[in-house]
Amino acid sequence: MLAFIIRRLLGLVVVLFTITVVVFLLFFATPGVDPSARLAGRNPSPETVAAVKHEFGLDRSLPVRYGLMMKRLFISRDLVSYGNQALEVVPAILAAAPVTFSLVFGAAVLWVIVSIAMGIMAVTFKGTFVDPLLMILALIGISMPVFWLGEVLNLITQDRLHDTFFFRWVPPLGYVPFTQDPWQWFLHLIIPWITLSILYIGFYARVLRANMLDIQNEDYVRTAKAKGLAPQQVLVRHVLRNSMITFASLFGLDLGVLIGGGALLTEVVFNLPGVGRLTYNALTALDLPVIMATVIYGAFFISILSALVDILYARLDPRIRPT
Amino acid sequence: MAEFAYEPEPEVRLAPGESVKEISGRSPWRIAGRRLARDRIAMGGLILFLVIVVISFLAPVYSSHIANTDPFVSNISGTTVVDGKKVDVVQQGGGGLGLGETPIGPTWHSNYFLGADNQGRDVAARVLYGGRASLLIGVGSALICCLLALAFALLAGFFRGWFDTIVSRVMDLIWAFPVYLLAITIATVLLTTPGGVKLWFIHIQATSLWIPTLIIALIYVPYVYRPVRGQVLSTREKEYVEASISQGASSLRLMFSEILPNVVSTVIVMFPLMIATTVLTEAALSFLSIGVQPPKASWGTIIQDGQGLLYTRPWVAIAPGIMIVLTVLSLNILGDGVRDALDPRAKVRVRE
Repeated sequence: MLAFIIRRLLGLVVVLFTITVVVFLLFFATPGVDPSARLAGRNPSPETVAAVKHEFGLDRSLPVRYGLMMKRLFISRDLVSYGNQALEVVPAILAAAPVTFSLVFGAAVLWVIVSIAMGIMAVTFKGTFVDPLLMILALIGISMPVFWLGEVLNLITQDRLHDTFFFRWVPPLGYVPFTQDPWQWFLHLIIPWITLSILYIGFYARVLRANMLDIQNEDYVRTAKAKGLAPQQVLVRHVLRNSMITFASLFGLDLGVLIGGGALLTEVVFNLPGVGRLTYNALTALDLPVIMATVIYGAFFISILSALVDILYARLDPRIRPT
Repeated sequence: MAEFAYEPEPEVRLAPGESVKEISGRSPWRIAGRRLARDRIAMGGLILFLVIVVISFLAPVYSSHIANTDPFVSNISGTTVVDGKKVDVVQQGGGGLGLGETPIGPTWHSNYFLGADNQGRDVAARVLYGGRASLLIGVGSALICCLLALAFALLAGFFRGWFDTIVSRVMDLIWAFPVYLLAITIATVLLTTPGGVKLWFIHIQATSLWIPTLIIALIYVPYVYRPVRGQVLSTREKEYVEASISQGASSLRLMFSEILPNVVSTVIVMFPLMIATTVLTEAALSFLSIGVQPPKASWGTIIQDGQGLLYTRPWVAIAPGIMIVLTVLSLNILGDGVRDALDPRAKVRVRE
């Protein structure tokens, strides 16, 4: 187990190194892309450009520049944004992370509960109208662009039906920290949670249903039925429990991607200052220090969660042991 | 080990409600085609998708013969006729304090059917034109993605060795990036390059649809590459491939005649689902204004245009979204049908 953890950590370091080098090269080695021109403002004189280059260390060789950036990011932790000298990169990410965490965890709770319920319902009522109805709903859920769904929900809850009984409680867009007012935090996030989770509810319900139908043909399910267990017990203890193996591995990977910045469309539509939006703003401004930091942050969570998934996998299924 | 534990895999399985007679003696492709043609839901998906394709490609006909407007020229001071009265396309003072400009809402007749955007352009015609761009990018990038993945998977899985190691490492690297972040990174770099992208002799303008097409194709290659490479690796060990080797078949022949026909069905199953994914990705990138660039329009850019008008003229944003949902839904339904046709779940073996 220890060897497994060490190997995953080494793998993580390799992945982080490669990703940062690729992003770095994309920005500095693509012909025609020059951050100093952007930094120096409109129509700069050649002297200004040279001064800016020197100030940011852009006149050094590529490996030195990379090393300096990593040093300021990890060791002295005083890396500042190219666009806004007052913006320190590390505190900016630490401030944005709780927003993303709040958004993603709430949505995750919602999608796990609803998709498991939908999967069980579809399998239990297979052969009736309930199963195809649920699956059509799931399919519509995975066919909607998340940003568009967010806008439609905004239109309904913020404007068209805002003054009715149903949506009077919906606060204006934005984020309230949990530490400041837990109730307002909750209210502000309900609609974003629903928006973000709908895609995953549809996807997981479909996967779970297909998986459970497959497992129902397994020998051990037949044995359990032959022993005279109640159908509900077979469904939950034997079928559902085994389906959870696939479910958990998908869940870990999706959670990693979303925490790592994958929820940016939801964050943009609902004006939530999370990591996804921070990354997006930095990317469109070619603000390399912020991009580097957010990309490292994202890849870190994706790798950590995929390692956790492998460990969890072994827990859920003794047939698989990490070696 | 293979010699001792030999058990032939059932090559053909029966779909529910299918008799052995119906499929015996027919090629797997014909069987799959028949199953697909009988699957009413999948055919409904296919027809819906084709209808969307046809009406999108008739966009020029719609704008010049029905709507009578040019959806790419702003028409702020233009007028249209509603209920026999002449009305400004962009009305002054429709805002909250009687300030600002409000484009006309849906007229529900040929001219400005869904209203105008804030530049006075016909939204219905723009949605059709946008569909053309979205579908071209979606189908094009899915096609490029699948072909690239198939080619690399065939070569890597067949030759193995250092080529496989390098290709698989690069794929792992692309995989490790969250897809949207990778797409945004490449798009920002390419779009901010002054004068478009110059690669050797190829010169792509920043407004070219090729930029989003290629970016989206690239980021999804590992998702197709991984399963196909695994299948190439296992197919390579099959007895019929060994038989072909013993007959002195060349590498090229082995790859194209023996392995390719057995892995291509995986790619075909993934293809409609890939288009669904690429259409959604294109919309997201264009919504973030790093996909299709003006003056060109796609469903994603129109939703973005409509964001500012969301509470006053919601149809600008709603209409292209409905088109996306219908397109992706039809492709997902079709994809499910194709998968069932090529690989039915019913575990019944065909006996002679």
